[in-house]
Amino acid sequence: MTALAFADPVFESQAVFRRIMRAMAAPGTILVCGQTLAPPAPLEPAAAAALLTLADFESPLWIAPSFGSAVAAYLTFHTGAPCAPSPDKAAFGLIDLASDGLRLDRFAQGSAEYPDRSTTIVAQGAALSEGPALRLAGPGVHGEAELRAASLPHDFVEQWAANRRGFPLGVDVILAAGAKLACLPRSVVISGETR
Amino acid sequence: MSTAVPVAQRAGDDEAIAARKRAMALLARALAPEMAEPIERFWPRHAARDLKPVETGLVMLRGRIGGDGAPFNVGEATVTRAIVELPSGERGYAHILGRDAARARLAAIVDALWQRPEARADIEEAILAPVAARIAAEKAKSRAETAATRVDFFTLVRGEDDA
Repeated sequence: MTALAFADPVFESQAVFRRIMRAMAAPGTILVCGQTLAPPAPLEPAAAAALLTLADFESPLWIAPSFGSAVAAYLTFHTGAPCAPSPDKAAFGLIDLASDGLRLDRFAQGSAEYPDRSTTIVAQGAALSEGPALRLAGPGVHGEAELRAASLPHDFVEQWAANRRGFPLGVDVILAAGAKLACLPRSVVISGETR
Repeated sequence: MSTAVPVAQRAGDDEAIAARKRAMALLARALAPEMAEPIERFWPRHAARDLKPVETGLVMLRGRIGGDGAPFNVGEATVTRAIVELPSGERGYAHILGRDAARARLAAIVDALWQRPEARADIEEAILAPVAARIAAEKAKSRAETAATRVDFFTLVRGEDDA
């Protein structure tokens, strides 16, 4: 049986879109979304809500193999998005931090003419507000903000610095955990330790 | 995930695709009672559920002058879409012109039932054949009405140019 998505697609996806926009504008803010969703395991509600809202038939989706075919069928059915053959061809990437390693440079970085054509990575399993603290600075952050995220790769801060060096190219990340999400736009500067 | 392979997705099965296409095209033009009554009679316990809420939206219609000119947008049409799933896994789709959600849902249910080979004969007899007959009759009637007001133009023999 195919799992259902939003009961009221227009208004619910607008509400989620508004939250993602706010979380992107203020990096480090943790917002709740997707509580009403029951996506197929192992996909979690916030990651499902983000992709059901953002992906459509024009945005190729790369789903890490650890999610299995039920999740891929669920997302492609409800969004109409095609599956990308590889991460660097994807508009959106879905990974699980615990099962798949996160390598930012494997995803599309955009081009000088179209920096917006990079991948937005939805990474679930970040257990927000637990785990080691990252310090965030940059646009949208007043002074410095703290974000706790578990299961990030050990070299995440270095990877992020490399992602920053290519600005305006680079990926954006949506960290999800259960029904909560926080965003790391490519403009944010991260310091701290993920070990 | 559904375990049943939809008829139209089997590789190289052009005939099945054409048959389902024909059924879906007729269902898109079927009236609600033409579908509701047979469903109630043959499959009162179909237990279809909506996979996506029935939605009304617009589709852009494209046209070509004379069938082979440059494509252009003619205008938008209001379309209602329904997608349902039966407990046995068949998925029914329907797109109909207009905003009648109940009618779109009925058409989707019949499309799902149609994918059960054992239901096909009943659907053909109770729904598709009557709908096809009604559409043909309507077409013939409008043709006859148009023909009654037809004006045939012909050119009278002209006089000689040098006359």
